[in-house]
Amino acid sequence: MTYVSKILTSTALGLTLAMSPVLAIAETPDNMLVIANRIDDITTLDPAESFEFAGSDVSRNVYGRLVNFDPLNLDAGYKPDLAASWTVSDDGKTITFTMRDGVKFHSGNPVSAEDAEFSLRRAVILNKTPSFILTQFGFTADNVATTIVANGNTLSITTDKRYATSFVLNCLTAVIGGIVDKKTVMANEVDGDMGNSWLKTNSAGSGAYKVVSWKPNDSVTLQSNPDFYQGAPAMKRVIVRHVQESATQRLLLEKGDIDVARNLNPEDVAGISGKDGIAVDSELRGRLMYMAFNQKHPELSKPKVRLALKYLPDYKGMQDSFLKGQYTIHQAFLPRTYLGAIDDKPFSLDVAKAKALMAEAGVSGFEIEVGVREAQERIEIAQSLQNSFAQVGVKLNITVGTAKQILTRYRARELDMYLGAWGPDYPDPQTNAGTFAFNPDNSDEKKATGLLAYRNAWDPGAMNQAVEAAVIEGDRDKRAKMYQDMQRQHQMESPFGVMFQKIEQTGRRANVKNLNLGGAITSVSYWPVTK
Amino acid sequence: MTDSTNKEIGRQPSPYFGYLTKALGTLGSIATTMLGLLFITFVIGRVMPIDPIIAVLGERASKEAYDAMYIEMGLDKPVIIQFLNYIWDVVRGDFGMSLLNARPVVDDIIRVFPATLELATIGTMIGVVLGVPLGVVAAVNRGTWIDQIARVIALVGYSMPIFWLGLVGLLVFYGILGWVGGPGRIGIFYVDLVPTVTGLILVDSIIDGQWDVFWDAVSHIILPASLLGYYSLAYISRMTRSFMLEQMGAEYIITARVKGMSEWAVIWRHAFANIKVPLITVIALSYANLLEGSVLTEIIFAWPGIGSYITTALLSADMNAVLGGTVVVGLLFVCLNIFSDLLYKFFDPRAK
Repeated sequence: MTYVSKILTSTALGLTLAMSPVLAIAETPDNMLVIANRIDDITTLDPAESFEFAGSDVSRNVYGRLVNFDPLNLDAGYKPDLAASWTVSDDGKTITFTMRDGVKFHSGNPVSAEDAEFSLRRAVILNKTPSFILTQFGFTADNVATTIVANGNTLSITTDKRYATSFVLNCLTAVIGGIVDKKTVMANEVDGDMGNSWLKTNSAGSGAYKVVSWKPNDSVTLQSNPDFYQGAPAMKRVIVRHVQESATQRLLLEKGDIDVARNLNPEDVAGISGKDGIAVDSELRGRLMYMAFNQKHPELSKPKVRLALKYLPDYKGMQDSFLKGQYTIHQAFLPRTYLGAIDDKPFSLDVAKAKALMAEAGVSGFEIEVGVREAQERIEIAQSLQNSFAQVGVKLNITVGTAKQILTRYRARELDMYLGAWGPDYPDPQTNAGTFAFNPDNSDEKKATGLLAYRNAWDPGAMNQAVEAAVIEGDRDKRAKMYQDMQRQHQMESPFGVMFQKIEQTGRRANVKNLNLGGAITSVSYWPVTK
Repeated sequence: MTDSTNKEIGRQPSPYFGYLTKALGTLGSIATTMLGLLFITFVIGRVMPIDPIIAVLGERASKEAYDAMYIEMGLDKPVIIQFLNYIWDVVRGDFGMSLLNARPVVDDIIRVFPATLELATIGTMIGVVLGVPLGVVAAVNRGTWIDQIARVIALVGYSMPIFWLGLVGLLVFYGILGWVGGPGRIGIFYVDLVPTVTGLILVDSIIDGQWDVFWDAVSHIILPASLLGYYSLAYISRMTRSFMLEQMGAEYIITARVKGMSEWAVIWRHAFANIKVPLITVIALSYANLLEGSVLTEIIFAWPGIGSYITTALLSADMNAVLGGTVVVGLLFVCLNIFSDLLYKFFDPRAK
């Protein structure tokens, strides 16, 4: 559907809805939660492999982890889950978890340290896409026999060097930290795949729910686990239906055939706001929209010039117009809800200040190329920037291309400027600090194309050490402070202009309570939900 | 259809030999068509600016994982070998694994195709049952207000964007009036209640004797099927009208009238009998179009059919699924063509 036709549809539907009498309401049963969501990104349900949003939603409710976020208090950070407690060795390299007693898998098998050992080793050995979240601590298929070891009721993991405990534990709250039932999984092993092909479509966890079925592009059905150690969930069944169209989701929600609509566009959100029996929640997500300036460009490499350019985006104007309900202003490299995130917003549209800074740098005007992927909101941001940059004599030429075309040039450091989004990989500040503020070798030969700082040919200098120091700081509060300082410096000095953080608007029936969508750091939790 | 057909049949030395060569010829043309289709789809898959490995592994896959997948997917081999391998697999009924959900594509198609089949069949039935009489009536009453109304009905069917009509239909009949079920094939409470035999919920529920499931499924399918039926109706009624006009002007009709036959007999026994053959082609084509999967209808009605399956696969660079889906749809087109050819022979007395 084209953009124009979407607008036409929404307008037509909005008008008709506005004039229509109140819809007759059907209701879903009290012990069932029905959700409309786009679930076509699910490729697997195996926690060692799953790395997409809708898959993480399933995983969080099906698999217990050693440590986990409390859905009713995300800000508190990780808390004990299947591990009741843990101790850290003096050298900071070994963490020993004591397993919680009396927790059972859905199969009835007890959750033991051996299962935890198996699950983490398995994730490293299978070496699927998200395995880097664990292997960055030095675990390899060859050394897991000695680095991840169960002993009676405890599990010890030993990293290759000292890391901040909060760094390791945050990573264990990711999907890949899901603890699977070793007996059940190995009973379904085929050709030495450690149960991978079976777990793609089945579940063997200890969480609040088990998977009844996953029909790609159709539905995911979960059944509650009455023996869940935190108490049996109120919702006996959770059904997530794949509904592509926002207008269809809205209609289902208004009609009461679903309890939650996860993909409403701003027009539909506006349409249902304030209606009886419906509530709209705004949820912060991890994705950041940023602009970045290539330091190989003679003008852009001048500190005052890049600072000047950060005063030019019309942050508020964009947030309140075409980004409404999709992005909110955010100007630091850690998404809000992350450990160490800051809410400082030093920049706003200020042409005079930008002009003054340009003059101080001795630059009057120049022409640059910005690479943008062919996504509606990115192109609109680029056009807005084109207007405001022109006011200080900077001519912005917009090159729109496919993801592959633009990313290939970005990685090869060929773009003067990049405008795009970045999503964190795991729920620890290092995931972004290690790419926005870290680039120990800036030479062309290094080809560290995974690092955003490298892609912009930026040498963060002393910030490299700051990132490395934060990664090994054992005290969680001190570590948070380090990231806060780092971001304040990064905002003013780096060639990155973080502009927005993604928000997601969800419509729900007002009788649905305690639905936590997980913020930027984790995924949705169904077990606290009541009606 | 023409006299030469008659003569040719008369010349055949043995009717069995004739059938054999014809069957072989048909098989040959199916094979050529399918090969061409496979080739074009395959080439499109190769030139798409999407990296299939990144599609599977995600943007941040490690170099080792990337290389392993490169070999696993056979991308290290020359393109022509990849193509030949693919054809060999298809011939054996193996469309490979879906790159994205790691299930056999065949299983996916078996799951999504019945949904489309059900929708398209009911849609076409509605289109035929209403469209043919409408076309006949319009032709018989040419130029009168009846003809004008039929024309407007068809015109609206042609020109209204289907997603708009679908949304408004949902709003009115589901949202406000509550006469029909909402999006999806079946209500939440009836999901997985009947065992899958054919995959067609309407048929499976009858087999299982679960009438409440059947009626729920009917309430869900009726709106999208009517919508698709409306589109076939528009096309079928216009074609029927023009076929009929051609016949009504023919001399044999005047003869029939002069003989004093009733108008009913003139229209249905004489004129209509002669348009059956071309009408079959029209209906088959419109059925085939619906079987291809109407993406927008499927999206709006959250209908898990083959149209949205292929579209999703295409957008996620899941080429095995795209190729598999395309081959199935192509095969259907060819089969429907052959089937309508057979019907020709049945309805056309000259071909007997």
